[in-house]
Amino acid sequence: MHISEGVLPGITLAAGAAVAAAGVGAGLKKMDHDRIPRTAVLSAALFVASLIHVPVGYANVHLSLNGLAGLLLGWSAFPALLISLFLQAILFQYGGLTTLGVNTFNMALPAVLCAALLGGVIRKTRSNQAILFAGFAGGAGAVVLSTGLLALSLMTAGEGFIVIAGTVAVAHLPVAVLEGLVTGSILVFLKSVKPEALESSLR
Amino acid sequence: MSCLAYIERDSVLKRCDPRLKVAAAFLLSMLISVCPRFPALGLALLLSAGLAVLARLPAGPASRRMLRLNGFMLLLWAVLPISTPGEPLACLGPFIFSREGAALAGAITLKGNAIVLIYTSLLSTIEQAKLGHALKRLHVPGKLVVLFLFTIRYIDILHHEYERLAAAMKTRGFRPRVSLHTYRTYGYLLAMLLTRSLDRAERIMEAMKCRGFVGKYHVLDELSFASRDAVFAIVSFAALVSLVAAAQL
Repeated sequence: MHISEGVLPGITLAAGAAVAAAGVGAGLKKMDHDRIPRTAVLSAALFVASLIHVPVGYANVHLSLNGLAGLLLGWSAFPALLISLFLQAILFQYGGLTTLGVNTFNMALPAVLCAALLGGVIRKTRSNQAILFAGFAGGAGAVVLSTGLLALSLMTAGEGFIVIAGTVAVAHLPVAVLEGLVTGSILVFLKSVKPEALESSLR
Repeated sequence: MSCLAYIERDSVLKRCDPRLKVAAAFLLSMLISVCPRFPALGLALLLSAGLAVLARLPAGPASRRMLRLNGFMLLLWAVLPISTPGEPLACLGPFIFSREGAALAGAITLKGNAIVLIYTSLLSTIEQAKLGHALKRLHVPGKLVVLFLFTIRYIDILHHEYERLAAAMKTRGFRPRVSLHTYRTYGYLLAMLLTRSLDRAERIMEAMKCRGFVGKYHVLDELSFASRDAVFAIVSFAALVSLVAAAQL
């Protein structure tokens, strides 16, 4: 889920870079030095997860798991996703350099929202079903929100982009369901095997 | 195989100072992304193709990388001329192809290809750890650089771990399908990966604390500014100026 180089007008790129920089700044400020290894290892794990292709219908999609990133990392999801997107640009030519800001913001804001809205429920509840449900809501919700932001960003490129923005948004609905299911099962597993993993979001 | 493969082939460009290359890649791409007109965009694509030749990008992998971008461009060419209102260029049944839409698709294709070629030539050819050092020297916030260096350090290790877990699943007969079972299994696989990652993070932090880590990372390799770098700086500056000049045409 990235916007390619060359598409967006300068004003959108600049606005995206500015808000992403603010988010990354907040994330770095909240990340004490003794949390750097945890953040780095988790962002590496999420990067590896994004290399996995999962079948949906007749296509394969790769996971973005930004809802999970928010739940595990809180505000640090901003710098973590920035690094992940930068690496995807220079390694695989996904996304791009000038679109880094917009793409980071589109992915990371839903991540942080997901942590703010669902973090408490997931930490408190003991029932597997509730966790699965919250995880589904977080994983799917983050993808839907990111796609919405992506569609909005595309629409700033001109009225000709409305069709493309709509197509992209609809195409991501099955992906959202998939992400929800995977995120839900990840959380169920983590809650029973390593509950402390979910304790520290939004710090 | 490492999933952090950078383009290793030796070239004149490869031996230039990474700081300069990072700065040039960002400045040139930002300038091209706001370039409004065709002569300038044509020049941009020429310049970036020149860079790709200088970087001696291997034809196969490089074209595969460019293909990914141009698949999306093809979609734009299919949709934009029809969905953008404007002066009609041609009609096909109920669809009207507008000049404005075609021009927009053309501009985006030129911009996208030029920018991607530039950063592929300049950044994808630097080893990631060196890239981190260059970012540090360009005054990117220290914590962000440390996070970058740690992340690239662990991607390969965790990818290896993932491959072991995936192989174990395969030997037990797992085949990905479109089913709840598949998605739950992938979820548990990733959760296992995350669990191990967190254990690893704890061990790293303890080891780092023993060595007195306080969040700073010291870059040891020395970079020296050679005459080759001066030439690179002058040429990229000339490229920037000529792009600005072409944009005025």
